[in-house]
Amino acid sequence: MKFKRIFYSNGFISLLASIVSICFGLLLGFILLFCFNAPFALSGFKALITAGFRSSDKFAKVLYQAAPLVMTGLSVAFAFKTGLFNIGATGQYTVGAAFALIGAIEFQLPWYVCLVLAMIGGAIWGVFPGLFKALFNVHEVITSIMFNWIGLFAVNLTIVNLSQMLAKHWGFAQMDRTAPLSTANPSAILPKLGLDTLLQSNYMNIGIFIAIIIAIIMYIVLNKTVFGYELKACGYNRNASEYAGISAKRNIILSMVISGALAGVGGGLYYLAGTGQYSLAKTLVAMGFNGIPVALLASSDPIGTVFSALFISYIQVGGDAMQPEFVREIIDIIISEIIYLSAFSLLMRNILGKWIRPKEAFADDDTPVAAIEAPPGNLESIESEVSDQ
Amino acid sequence: MIGKGSDGMDDYVIEMLNITKEFPGIRANDDITLRLRRGEIHALLGENGAGKSTLMSVLFGLYQPENGTIKKDGKIVRIKDPNDANALHIGMVHQHFKLVEIFTVLENIILGVEPNKMGFIQESEARKKVVELSDRYGLKVDPDAVIEDISVGMQQRVEILKMLYRDNEILIFDEPTAVLTPQEIEELMDIMRSFAKEGKSILFITHKLNEIMAVADRCTVLRKGKCVGTVDVKDTNKQELSHMMVGRDVEFVVSKDDAKPGETVLKVEHLTVPSKLHKNNAVKDVSFQVRAGEIVCLAGIEGNGQTEFVYALTGLEKPSSGSVTLKNERILQLAPRTSSSKSRVKQINATVRLRSKLGMSHIPEDRQKYGLVLDYTLEENLVLQRYWQPEFQKDGFIKKTEVRKYAEKLIDQYDIRSGQGPVTTVRSMSGGNQQKAIVAREIDKEPELLVAVQPTRGLDVGAIEYIHKQLVAARDNGKAVLLVSLELDEVMNVSDRILVMYEGEIVGEFDPKTTTVQELGLFMAGAKRQTEESEAYGA
Repeated sequence: MKFKRIFYSNGFISLLASIVSICFGLLLGFILLFCFNAPFALSGFKALITAGFRSSDKFAKVLYQAAPLVMTGLSVAFAFKTGLFNIGATGQYTVGAAFALIGAIEFQLPWYVCLVLAMIGGAIWGVFPGLFKALFNVHEVITSIMFNWIGLFAVNLTIVNLSQMLAKHWGFAQMDRTAPLSTANPSAILPKLGLDTLLQSNYMNIGIFIAIIIAIIMYIVLNKTVFGYELKACGYNRNASEYAGISAKRNIILSMVISGALAGVGGGLYYLAGTGQYSLAKTLVAMGFNGIPVALLASSDPIGTVFSALFISYIQVGGDAMQPEFVREIIDIIISEIIYLSAFSLLMRNILGKWIRPKEAFADDDTPVAAIEAPPGNLESIESEVSDQ
Repeated sequence: MIGKGSDGMDDYVIEMLNITKEFPGIRANDDITLRLRRGEIHALLGENGAGKSTLMSVLFGLYQPENGTIKKDGKIVRIKDPNDANALHIGMVHQHFKLVEIFTVLENIILGVEPNKMGFIQESEARKKVVELSDRYGLKVDPDAVIEDISVGMQQRVEILKMLYRDNEILIFDEPTAVLTPQEIEELMDIMRSFAKEGKSILFITHKLNEIMAVADRCTVLRKGKCVGTVDVKDTNKQELSHMMVGRDVEFVVSKDDAKPGETVLKVEHLTVPSKLHKNNAVKDVSFQVRAGEIVCLAGIEGNGQTEFVYALTGLEKPSSGSVTLKNERILQLAPRTSSSKSRVKQINATVRLRSKLGMSHIPEDRQKYGLVLDYTLEENLVLQRYWQPEFQKDGFIKKTEVRKYAEKLIDQYDIRSGQGPVTTVRSMSGGNQQKAIVAREIDKEPELLVAVQPTRGLDVGAIEYIHKQLVAARDNGKAVLLVSLELDEVMNVSDRILVMYEGEIVGEFDPKTTTVQELGLFMAGAKRQTEESEAYGA
C-alpha cells in the first residue's frame, strides 16, 4: 500500500517523467552522433555520458559549472512560480557579474561583499521589467529581452572606462577581458576550503554549496511562508489575489527583483571562482538562457533545479570530452537536442500520469473545465483518505 | 433489436446503460441508465456534484466509463473522444463556453469543419449556411461580430449554431440558463421547443425546477452518483422533484423572523463609478445605508451598475467620487473631479486588506476569476482571506497544521465535498462546492458587513436553501448583509429591504412584504421610478 502511494504520487511521476525524457534525449543524441561520424559514435557517446565521472577534476568542473546554472535556473523557476517569464536572466546575470568584478578589481573588496554586490546588480536589472509590468502592463518578456542587450552593452562600456578593470592594466596582453582575480585581488576569489586539493582541480570552490543553500531557502520561502503563498497566489490568479487584499503590483515587482537577484548571484559565482575572465563580447551569455531548460526540466521546483542544473552541466562537460572526433558545433547540437527533449518532461508527465494512474482524470489546464465535475462521494470515504495520509 | 417499452412508443435515440465512472476514491456515476427518446426534451436533474456533468461528459466522449454501454439508435457505439460524438451527431453546449474570444462568430461556428478548397476557406458558403440556420431558428447573431464584444446570451447562440452547423441531432445543454437574463431564458426555451418539434432530441442539465416544469417532457434525477428515477414531467411537481433530488423536503421559502435592525454598519454617500465600457458613469450618485441585523438587497437586471458598484465598495476598483463609511470608519472619500473642489478634503481609498480587517466580507460574482485560486488546494483557498492572521502564521511562516485543522472544520461544517478533502485542487471541484467553499470562508470570517453577489448562482435547490439560511443566520447574529441578486425569487425571499438599481441609479426602495414581483419588474426595467420623498423610507 505504501509503495503504491509513492508510485502514484505526483512527485514520483514528475521525477520519472524527467528521467524518461532524458533517456529519449540521449537516445536521439546517439542516433545523431551515428549520422555525423559513425566510426566514433560509440566512443563519443561514451565520453558524453561518462566523462563527468571519469576523473575528479572533470567532476569538479561539473560542480563548478552547475553553480551558476542552479542560480539562473532558480531565477527562471522563481519567476515561473509567480506567473512571470523571466527571459532576462542573462542580462541580470551579466550585470551581477559586472558588479561583482568591479567590486573585486576596482574597489578591492572581499568575495562575500562582491557576492552581495552581484545580488544587488541582478536585482536592479530585474526591477525594470517588474516595474513596467506592474505599472504599465508591458509584458515582461519584451522588456527583459531589451534589458538583456542594454545590460550587456552598459556593462561593456563601464568596464572599458574603469581604469583598473582590464587585464592590460595589470600587465597582461589581452585587450578584451577583465583582469584575472588571482593577480588583481585574490581575496575576492571564492574560498575553496581544501576542496581543490581533494578533487585535484582548480575549478572547485564553495559556489555549488552556496547555490544549494539558496535553493533550499527558496523552497522554504515558496512553500512555507506567507510571502511565498502570496507570490504564488498572484502568479496563479492575479484577480483573486487582489480580491484577497494582496498587492499584485508589489508582488510582481518583488518577484522580478528576487528573480534578478538570483541570476545576479549566478554571475557572481561564476566569475568570482577566479578561473574565468569576463570578455567584452557582443553576444549574450548562454548561461542565462540555459536557466530556462533547467527550470523547465525541474518543473520549476527549487530542489529539482539543483539536480537538473547538475545534469545539464554534466553533459556539457561530457560534450567537451568528445573533441576532437566531433567538432564543437556538433557537440553543441547534441547538447541542445538533449536539453530540448528534456524539456518535454511536462508532456511526458501527463502521458506517464495517464499510464500509471489510468483511472484518474487529470485536472490539468488542457482538460475542459466544464467536463470536470468533482466526484461527489460520501464524507466517510473522504475522511478515510485524509486519515490515510 | 430496440428494447420496446410497455407503452410501445419508446423510440430511443440514445441509451446509456449501467454507466459507471470512477474517480480516485469516489464513484461519480454508479450504474446509471438514461434513455433519450427521439424528439423529446429530457431534463437531467441533480445536486451540484451529483454526477450530471460527468455523465454527459461520458456521452460526449470526454471520459471513458469503467462500465456500461452506450447505444445510438439501438446499436452499441464507442465514443472515445468528442470527434466520435460529433460523428454520431451528438453536440454539446458547455456551461463555460468553448469559443475563441478573438475570432468572429462565423469563424467560431466553422472552427474544425471549415469548408475549404485546397486549404482555402470557402467563407461565403459557410456564411450562407449560418445565416440560413440563424433565420430558421430565430437565433439572431451577427456573423462578423467578434466573440469578446458580444453578450453572454449571444455567445450561447453561437454555441447552439455550432451544433446545428454540424447537423447534430442530439443536443446536450449543460446548465444553459445559469448565465442568462430572464428574457434570454424565455427565448432559449422557445428555441429548445422548436428543436424538439423538428425531431431533435435534447438533454438538458439543470437544477432549476421551474425550467424543467416549463419545458421538459421527462426528467431523470441523479443523487450522489446514483440514478433515483425517471419521471414524466406532466405527472409530477416541484416538491416531488426536489425531494427526489436531495432526498428530503426542501423549503423554497426560507423561514425567518422580522429583522431587528440595529446601528448603521454601511453608509454609502453619493458614490459615482465610471464605466469601463462607455463614457457615462456606471454608478451614478448612489446613496443608501445598511444596518446591523438586516438584509438589504440590491436588485436589478444584469448590467445596470451592480457589478461596478460592488467593485468600488469592496476596493477592487476606484470610483470617481463619493464616500463610504464602514462601522464609523471612513473607508472611501473622493471629491468629484471639478475645478472648484481642489479643496482640503482628505482623499481616502482604503485598501482591500484594510476593508477586510474592518469587517467586510465579499462573496464575489465571478467565483473563478475573483473568489478562488483554482490551482491552490481547498485548504489554501479556505484561508485566502485569513492566512496573514496570527492564528495561521508565525513570523511569516504558515502554520500548516492550523490551516489543515481550520479547513477540516469548515469542510465538515459547510459540507464541502471534494475528492481528497483539504488537499484537493479547487479546479477539480464542482462549481457548487467551489461556491460553498467561498461562502464558508466569507461567513466564517465573522464579518460586520457581508457583501454577497449572486451567492446562489448555478447552485441546486438544496444548496440555495442552505446558503439562504446562512445569510439569514448571519443577519440574526447582528451582521449587516448586502445581497446583490438578479433572481427575483431570491430577492423577495431573503431580503428585508429591496433597492432597485436601474442604469446606475437607485430608482426605488421596497419592503418585500408589501411589494410584488410585477412591481419590482417594472422598476427594474426602468418603466417606473420613485420620487425623492418616498426614498426616505427606512432612513
